[in-house]
Amino acid sequence: MEHLTNKDFTSDQEVRWCPGCGDYTILRAIQKALPALGKKKEDFVFISGIGCSSRFPYYMNTYGFHTIHGRAPAFATGVKLANPKLSVWQITGDGDALAIGGNHFIHALRRNIDINILLFNNEIYGLTKGQFSPTSKKGIKTKSNPHGTTDEPFSPSDLAIGAQGSFFARVVDTNPKLMQKIFIEAEEHRGTSLIEILQNCVIFNDKTFASITGKEVKENAQLILEDGKPMLFGAEMNNGIILNGFKLEVVTVGENNVTEEDILTHNAKEQDPTLHAMLARMRPPEFPAALGIIRAVSRQTFDEGILNQLEYEKENAKFKTVDELLKSGETWEVES
Amino acid sequence: MDTNTKIVDLEKVVIKFAGDSGDGMQLTGTQFTDTSALLGNDLATFPDYPAEIRAPQGTVAGVSGFQIHIGRIDINTPGDIADVLVAMNPAALKANKNWIKKGGTIILNIDTFAKRDLEKAGYETSPLEDNSFEGYNIIQAPITKLTREALKDSGLDGKSIGRSKNMFALGIIYWMFNRPMEQTEKFLQNKFAKQPEVVAANIKIMHAGYNFADTIEALPSSYTVLSANLKAGTYRNVMGNQAIAWGFLAAAERANKQLFLGSYPITPASDILHELAKHKNLGVKTFQAEDEIAGICSAIGASFTGSLAITTTSGPGLALKGEGLGLAIMAELPLVVVNVQRGGPSTGLPTKTEQSDLMQALYGRNGESPSVVLASSTPGNCFDWAYMASKITLEHNTPVVLLSDGYLGNGAEPWKIKSTMDMPEIHPSIAIEGEEYQPYARDEETLARKLALPGTKGLEHRLGGLEKEDITGNVSYDPENHENMADIRSEKINRIADIIPNQKIFGKEEGDLLVVGWGGTHGSLYSGVDNLLKTGEKIALCQFNYINPLPKNTAEIFSKYKKIVVCELNSGQFANYLRMNFQGTIFHQYNKIQGFPFTTSELESHFKTLLSK
Repeated sequence: MEHLTNKDFTSDQEVRWCPGCGDYTILRAIQKALPALGKKKEDFVFISGIGCSSRFPYYMNTYGFHTIHGRAPAFATGVKLANPKLSVWQITGDGDALAIGGNHFIHALRRNIDINILLFNNEIYGLTKGQFSPTSKKGIKTKSNPHGTTDEPFSPSDLAIGAQGSFFARVVDTNPKLMQKIFIEAEEHRGTSLIEILQNCVIFNDKTFASITGKEVKENAQLILEDGKPMLFGAEMNNGIILNGFKLEVVTVGENNVTEEDILTHNAKEQDPTLHAMLARMRPPEFPAALGIIRAVSRQTFDEGILNQLEYEKENAKFKTVDELLKSGETWEVES
Repeated sequence: MDTNTKIVDLEKVVIKFAGDSGDGMQLTGTQFTDTSALLGNDLATFPDYPAEIRAPQGTVAGVSGFQIHIGRIDINTPGDIADVLVAMNPAALKANKNWIKKGGTIILNIDTFAKRDLEKAGYETSPLEDNSFEGYNIIQAPITKLTREALKDSGLDGKSIGRSKNMFALGIIYWMFNRPMEQTEKFLQNKFAKQPEVVAANIKIMHAGYNFADTIEALPSSYTVLSANLKAGTYRNVMGNQAIAWGFLAAAERANKQLFLGSYPITPASDILHELAKHKNLGVKTFQAEDEIAGICSAIGASFTGSLAITTTSGPGLALKGEGLGLAIMAELPLVVVNVQRGGPSTGLPTKTEQSDLMQALYGRNGESPSVVLASSTPGNCFDWAYMASKITLEHNTPVVLLSDGYLGNGAEPWKIKSTMDMPEIHPSIAIEGEEYQPYARDEETLARKLALPGTKGLEHRLGGLEKEDITGNVSYDPENHENMADIRSEKINRIADIIPNQKIFGKEEGDLLVVGWGGTHGSLYSGVDNLLKTGEKIALCQFNYINPLPKNTAEIFSKYKKIVVCELNSGQFANYLRMNFQGTIFHQYNKIQGFPFTTSELESHFKTLLSK
């Protein structure tokens, strides 16, 4: 197979996101990650809905389809079912996936269709110029709610886990290395892989994730989870997470008799989602935000299930052609 | 059979089975249909049932009916009114009192005529005791009592025993029309293969009904309806929804395509999903989506990937699919949207038939978004129109809306089995590896663009709902380009008129009255026109299947008649569409919005009035 580079995945279209938008980092990261997957360029399909992030397929030199608002999971499902050999990537935002497309989003996760969903979460509507989104922090003042929102935001991880999602990862738009690593693992995971990318909108919601990504705070505000490794973070890597009763707690190794053995070890493959959900809910200032692959469990994919049935029926069916079907059952002859 | 019984040969007969929605009337009717079909009768059926699965027992709202018209002559409708009515309770009698021929035979389950039953049906006094049914041949059959008596030692519980009383009614009708019971016996043996006691009970009760009819003297004659003079060939019964499913299967096989159905259950279209879901062996992939929108969107995804992709729905579902359909029009992808119409607006009359989604099919989208619109017109030709819809969509790479309706979808008729090889070839328009590819370059004649399927090396490209630049398919906001592309999308549909056959008429090639219809009203309009032709009227029927574009000779046909009347089950949508397309031509209208098909007699009487003016 020919060796591909990030340039092979760059289309000739001018990229039209705002200068400084977090989307640029994501685009570059995916263009770098795809060659590492060892697949043919023509086997990648990028599907999106509507919103700033959904312009993404135009900038990828692959098969792409910029569809309608919120419905990308349904299109992606059709693509994957029609040709399960394809590597299908859905690009979406917090409005597209969690407001207008909430229904399709949860059903894709429930079915575990083998696609990758990149959820660009900037906690705001960008393309329609700054209204609050289903992930906007409660109380945020926007044009569509000048007195502050009164609705609770969605937590994408809780939605994913509630919908029996088999893969959930989170990354910040300032960490392209981690992004690439996660993209590769997401593609290798069989089932719906949801990657929440905390992405900064410089125009309408600048620094909304500053408490996680800010240069001064990030070492203590980010816990990068690795499967099989202790949950340690901080400049000295001596802060850790323990389970105290039914609650998570931040401790420091070496203080109050805490040793490294006391720190929780991350197990992304654990079927029980309780701890994954608790980790994903952690937020500064009490906790670091959990990044990396939080959950990656194995279960049958939807496309696999459908294909298995199809193969079984083909082998065991009474008839193999439409003509045989038309003539099956009760028939009678009329003579001239 | 009693040898003294006289057998009377009938040309045609209409029978209606009516009872509670849990009484098994649909099954009883279907069994009588299948048996009659096997005997070579021509026939048409009309199931009419409430939207509720089990509406309140014994009420008029809960009455489920199945009407069948059988004949040794050409049968085109389920019949206006019944010659024989089977009424399993007073509500069924009340609901059908205007739909039974004066002097006809009514078979009643007399065990359901107690005071309380009468009250539930809204009768203050028994209709059998006043003169409401004077002159009718009323057979009072103690169906419940005799069924219980016959099965008291069967070991079945009371509920199961109660459920078999429809077989008693079927047995009576089998005797009356001199039909063999083997077909139904075979059916019962298959259906309840795992419950031999249920099979035995049902067969016993059917025979009990048969013998009851043979014994009582209230039925003086047994009737027979001989084989119809159908064209030579192998026949089977088909329902419209089944025929649609099979038409798609045939088209996929001939086009060498995988068939993909993305759908969400909705009355009365779900049977297409059910039928296709059975045939995974033929490579069809069916996807029951989370909603109507996901149904069409998954189909568009499959179409982009190279499948023959379809979505099936009824009116409210088509409304939800509007945005998706617009995308398929913009992306110029093949897609067939089947709308099995029902009464609207909103939830409307889910189980009743109507033709009121024509405008929605033609125009129910944002922007200038023309779509091909076809309509099937008999249960059997649903096969052909599903096939043609597939052929057009795959060859022209533009969506097709196929309109059927509840009457066609659930109606059955004998169908001369076609071979897939009888159907025209299908040549999908697809680019191959190595060719110079521009996503929006077009065939000079049809203006169709070519698809390039994911997985094809070197043809990577992006589609989307934003306006496309001519030829390259890049996003373009250029004003001139937008107008040009809108013109192309419209012209592409218009040019399909070049490849479709001329519109045909039935009856006089010129004359006093042209009856115009479209889609599922064919049977009743045909019968009405046929009856008047026999009386010497200069009348003809022009029944449209191609709605957009219209056949090229349409104006010429219209010019040959003194009057034109457009008959449809809505308030005049096709008439208005014709007025827009043929300005200056006067179109009279005959409309009905009652959830029921036209009756032949109402049409005849209206045509006579028009002819005499």
